[in-house]
Amino acid sequence: MSWLEWLVALLAVAGSLFVLLGSFALVKLPDFYTRLHGPTKATTLGLGALVLASMVYFNFVKAELSLQQLLIALFLFITAPITAHMLIKAALHLKLKTSASTSGKQNADL
Amino acid sequence: MNSLKKWWPTPVRSLFLFLVWLLLNNSVEFFHLFFGLVLAWLIPQLIHKFRLIQPGMKNPGAALRYGFMVLWDIVVANMQVVKLVLGPNKRLRPAFIKIPLDLTDNLSITILASTVSLTPGTVSAEVLALNVGVDEPRYLLVHVLDLADEAELIQQVKQRYEAPLKEIF
Repeated sequence: MSWLEWLVALLAVAGSLFVLLGSFALVKLPDFYTRLHGPTKATTLGLGALVLASMVYFNFVKAELSLQQLLIALFLFITAPITAHMLIKAALHLKLKTSASTSGKQNADL
Repeated sequence: MNSLKKWWPTPVRSLFLFLVWLLLNNSVEFFHLFFGLVLAWLIPQLIHKFRLIQPGMKNPGAALRYGFMVLWDIVVANMQVVKLVLGPNKRLRPAFIKIPLDLTDNLSITILASTVSLTPGTVSAEVLALNVGVDEPRYLLVHVLDLADEAELIQQVKQRYEAPLKEIF
């Protein structure tokens, strides 16, 4: 294996690991608000690494120009915060329960 | 000049649409170039009347620096969140905090809120007026996964993200 293939493998494994941890956080964290942090964030970095792996693979290992992965990254970075925003807004509107250790509840009218 | 404005009301957007079309198809064949050009002309024609005029960028260099800084912060802060997620839930100190905003225009507040959401450990929830009955000043309601020091976090967001945004717009 050339060092480029090692790089692709490393990026792909690291990316999958972050996506996995993001999903794990979704199951493990105590309330809706903290759970939001897992999938919206770890996924950003995880998907970023996967997109990078794909770009390195097609552009350098296969040596054919392929830039459409940039679009995935672009759309992801635009849409991820909006999804998180809509979800937390809905949660606040429904006044979902917070875990007991949450401070500053008065700030959110909870 | 006038006919140029009429045919291409938003040239930068047209160029962007053209490039996105080529990227989507991953090809520069004649057919894609032609159809991309048609879309780059047609879409702005259809929608430019609905568009809200946003303030232009004053300082594109600062915008680029800001982008790279945010990317770097995403990587660093992700490591911290992974550590928190793998640790016991009892050690988390979740909190809602208010970050008072100096920014006033909607576009820069949107970018700030998105940045806060993308950098792990914080999700922005709402933008609200600080005092009842007056529109300005506003604050950003943020949910934090693990809050160590409220004043420090507010200071950090204001210095690291809000200050450069004020420079850009």
